[in-house]
Amino acid sequence: MTKLLMSDLLRLITLQDSNTRMVLLGTGALGLAAGVIGALAVLRRRALVGDALAHAALPGVCVAFLVFRERSLPLFLLGALVFGVLGVLTMNAIRRFTRIKEDAAIAIVLGSFFGLGIALSGMIQRMPSGNRSGLDGFLFGKAAGMVQADVTLIAAASGLSLLGVAALYKEFKLVGFDRAFAGSLGWRVSLLDFILMSLLAIVTVVGLPAVGVVLMAALLIIPGVTARFWTDRLAPHLALAGLFGLLAGLFGSALSAVLPAPQSALSRGYPTGPLIVLVAGTLFAVSLFFAPRRGLLARWTTARALHRRIDDEHLLRDLYELHELRTPASINQLTTHRAWRSGPLRAAISRAQSLGFITHVDNTLALTPAGRDKSLRIIRSHRLWELYLHEHAGVAPDHVDRDADLIEHFITPELLAKFEAQLALGDGDALRTGALAGVPLSLHPPGTSTDEEPRR
Amino acid sequence: MPAETISSTGIAVEVHDVTVAYHRKPVLWDIDVSFPAGALAAIVGPNGAGKSTLLKSVLGLLPIASGRIEVFGKPLAQVRNLVAYVPQRESVDWEFPVSVFDVVLMGRYGRLGWLRRPNRADRAAAEAALDSVGMTEFRERQISQLSGGQQQRVFLARALAQDATLYLMDEPFAGVDAATEQSILEVLRSLQQQGRTVIAVHHDLQTVRSYFDFVAMLNLHLVAAGPIDTAFTADNLKRTYGGRLTLLDEVTEAVRRGGTLPRSS
Repeated sequence: MTKLLMSDLLRLITLQDSNTRMVLLGTGALGLAAGVIGALAVLRRRALVGDALAHAALPGVCVAFLVFRERSLPLFLLGALVFGVLGVLTMNAIRRFTRIKEDAAIAIVLGSFFGLGIALSGMIQRMPSGNRSGLDGFLFGKAAGMVQADVTLIAAASGLSLLGVAALYKEFKLVGFDRAFAGSLGWRVSLLDFILMSLLAIVTVVGLPAVGVVLMAALLIIPGVTARFWTDRLAPHLALAGLFGLLAGLFGSALSAVLPAPQSALSRGYPTGPLIVLVAGTLFAVSLFFAPRRGLLARWTTARALHRRIDDEHLLRDLYELHELRTPASINQLTTHRAWRSGPLRAAISRAQSLGFITHVDNTLALTPAGRDKSLRIIRSHRLWELYLHEHAGVAPDHVDRDADLIEHFITPELLAKFEAQLALGDGDALRTGALAGVPLSLHPPGTSTDEEPRR
Repeated sequence: MPAETISSTGIAVEVHDVTVAYHRKPVLWDIDVSFPAGALAAIVGPNGAGKSTLLKSVLGLLPIASGRIEVFGKPLAQVRNLVAYVPQRESVDWEFPVSVFDVVLMGRYGRLGWLRRPNRADRAAAEAALDSVGMTEFRERQISQLSGGQQQRVFLARALAQDATLYLMDEPFAGVDAATEQSILEVLRSLQQQGRTVIAVHHDLQTVRSYFDFVAMLNLHLVAAGPIDTAFTADNLKRTYGGRLTLLDEVTEAVRRGGTLPRSS
């Protein structure tokens, strides 16, 4: 069994089988086009139109079989296109002539057309010629059933829609970003929308044999959304969406060729649609977690670094303030001075120790000369900001500390210089000399500290 | 070229007996107003008075139910490239994957026509426009990473890149900081000095008199229009902002419930 799978895999990778090569070409081209067109549709907020279109296409395939009584992909796709477009038009009509909103309209059309399709295909399966129809493949896709002519059709349709995007790139870009401005240039915005939706319809319909009506929308939507994690320019965005779609198409159909078909499958071969979408979903999940800057991991790391910096600055400030109050600093003292939680406090203490900012002997914490310098800078920005809030923003002295605490960690040296200028401090501060020059007195006299901002 | 072909004493925009309806509900009643060429004009009025609607009607973005609008004495279709537009900032998707420079370059799309790409001259024009609003250093930023005032400047730069004769702006000063407001005002004034016409929807009544030289006061119907000194009077302000004309509201409601407005095509 395992041996069989391995040899299948080897044949697949080396592309020895001409049929496999052909199927991969078909699903790859489809994935590429679906990724690009789908990304544009998502940006234009028309993603669900593809979903409605795909589901509404199913009865079209059935009707095509009932009329012509043979399995012919071009005729099936023609039927699918007619019913898909009919579905979208129905949806638009419902939205336009009633008070029903778009999401409800999509659900109504999608559900009714799909239900009709399932009923018709059930009827066809019971007919003598029904099991030769290949209709079961349209539900979840069956790439293995494709013949040379099918692949040619899919590749041609995908190529055509990519060409359309290349030609109208600038137009789709502007209409996606700013419809009103495009209209003000005299552009026929509704015509451009119609062209985009036509390309979407073509790609959706040729995707049905390989991906199936149920999951086609996922192949349209997921690659575009995935691409957004990696770039914020339109051209790379579309290119990446195409790449992710291509990978999903290739690996999904390759998987379906090597996986043993489930017993219940009506015909040989694993359904392709779920596997293609699973690959696309995996790419999405990887991007969601690991993309630089926008990925969850990157954002979590940034947030953690910020929290640590805030803790570090608070610790040094607290130690300085206790020193001003002539109180020997212990961990207990620190927790009464500020609502520290013990975990973060201990972590901050050990970081400050390893940086040589503090010493920790016999449960007494003390600032080293380097730590004193650092804490002075922190205190200075805190008190300048406090003073600024109090004098220029009219915040009451007993509230100012809490407000200052939330912001002071973000104050840049340039901003600090501006505060100084506005407050006319700097070297003219008569109260302080030496190391404390330019550091305003605390707004809170010793012993009345209200230093207890709520902690996360 | 535009300043020579258009006489500076002429009419930039003529709105003639125009009525506009949204979903059969009239939002502008029988507007009749002419904006002189070379003016720095404000459209003022309370919320829902139809200010943006008037601007969009001039741009051909909304079908008008009746009446006629001319730009420099011609139908809009013949003079499209003489008109630039600054939409409301909230009207677009700022998460869209484009850079500041991309957006400003869109100002050149109108003269390119379909299928053609911007060339070096278009890029240079966009660079110059970006520079004149002081946003060059942000050219590679994604547009969502800008403050409100910076976004407004980008929109203004896009309109400048259009190199138009008539500038229609929907609340160019909305939600911007004081420094941006001043620099936008300077740009508008320099446009006027170059003989161009600016018509802006404006919200802040305090600054109408010092910023603009012409005003149209709107509240579903036109209350007054003319040079600031004669039109921007306490009496007209009271008539513009002192509550809707209740009878007009009732007629509007009746139309919405019952009949339809004829649509001219």
